[in-house]
Amino acid sequence: MEEIVDAIGLLCPLPLIRAQEFAKSTKPGTTFIVHATDPGVFRDFPAWCRMHGHTLVDIVEHKAEQIIEVTIELGN
Amino acid sequence: MTDTRKPSAIALISGGLDSMLAAKVILDQGVHVEGVNFYTGFCVEGHTHAVRAKNKNKQKRNNALWVAEQLGIKLHIVDVIEEYKDVVLNPSHGYGKNLNPCLDCKIFMVNKALELSGFDTDSFDFVVTGEVIGQRPKSQKNETMPIIAQESGAHDRLLRPLCAKNLPETLPERAGWVNRELLHGFYGRNRKPQMELAARYGFTDYSQPAGGCCFLTDERYSSKLKDLWQFRGEKNYELDDILLLKIGRHIRPNARFKLIMAREEGENRFLRGYRKNFTYIEIDSHEGPLTLVEGNPSTSDLTLATRLVGRYSQGKNADEVSVTIHHRNGVSEQISASPIAPHEIPDNWHIGL
Ligand code: SF4
Repeated sequence: MEEIVDAIGLLCPLPLIRAQEFAKSTKPGTTFIVHATDPGVFRDFPAWCRMHGHTLVDIVEHKAEQIIEVTIELGN
Repeated sequence: MTDTRKPSAIALISGGLDSMLAAKVILDQGVHVEGVNFYTGFCVEGHTHAVRAKNKNKQKRNNALWVAEQLGIKLHIVDVIEEYKDVVLNPSHGYGKNLNPCLDCKIFMVNKALELSGFDTDSFDFVVTGEVIGQRPKSQKNETMPIIAQESGAHDRLLRPLCAKNLPETLPERAGWVNRELLHGFYGRNRKPQMELAARYGFTDYSQPAGGCCFLTDERYSSKLKDLWQFRGEKNYELDDILLLKIGRHIRPNARFKLIMAREEGENRFLRGYRKNFTYIEIDSHEGPLTLVEGNPSTSDLTLATRLVGRYSQGKNADEVSVTIHHRNGVSEQISASPIAPHEIPDNWHIGL
């Protein structure tokens, strides 16, 4: 079961900061999920993953729940 | 540093042109550069564009992240919300034109940058900033440059590549990690040298925030922050306070209460997230803004609040509007009142207008 970083209600760049903090204390290869509501994550997370060598596995908006789910696999 | 390791620098990246150029100048000299961007809560980046509905289709990028990508460097975005409060509340060098404590802010950021360890390095050999002497009236002057270097603890490990030739030699220059001849001697408010350098590097798309990199340089924003401190009776803030100052119309009819009124759908949605923490007003009879009430309004204040909500709703020309006031204790009440006429609203009720 992937760990979830809760960034619901946080405005960018806080979801990214929370993900970065999680990544710092987590082993490479780990997959985790960020739950966010600010649509800025659609722009910020792909750039951040490219820059740090992480894999953006998926980024989807669940319209009914009004949650954006970002799945990331940590690189080295 | 051993001879075999590449020298490394941490560059303050605001998302603007100067810090981008400064990092590039050092990167081009073969130094390992990583960027850092400090999130204080007052940043112009992020936030408000995400809130306002009219911006929904043109999602603005995070400029610091974008700059780092253009440069091909890694960026650390660091949450300094709590620590930064002391800089804003008690700046030892005072404020600039508004509530911007630029000199203390620079000292704080250079100091924090020195504390960082990189993704590829345990500590950085020096810090890079995009400062240019004479560019900003208070924080970027001949006299303030050594103050920042000393009080941050960086001393000669602080390099400003855009104006280095106007300053004494620093450690990275003396140690031969960077060649002083390839640094610059920019001076003053003229932006032409920066534009020329940007053109030379092929940078065509960059942000040049007028005023500064944060809301504290904004006169209207600073008025709202002063009002917050004055009527709370203490100089302090939480993150939600300073975010709310960026949103909506702020109207203070008297010392007992203030209204925060959405101006459009995006702000309505954003303010809805604060309903638990505030007494709030929803208009029932017409389309209109969601309004948060801060303070301890009396019964007649709530009637006045209803009249003001009416004024900024579709019912502004109606004889009467009706609203529901949801009190923080869970009790709701319905009130009807005539919308207030524009001439009955003194200018000084609008905070930061
Ligand atoms: S404009 Fe704001 S972020 Fe920039 S130096 Fe001044 S206080 Fe700091």
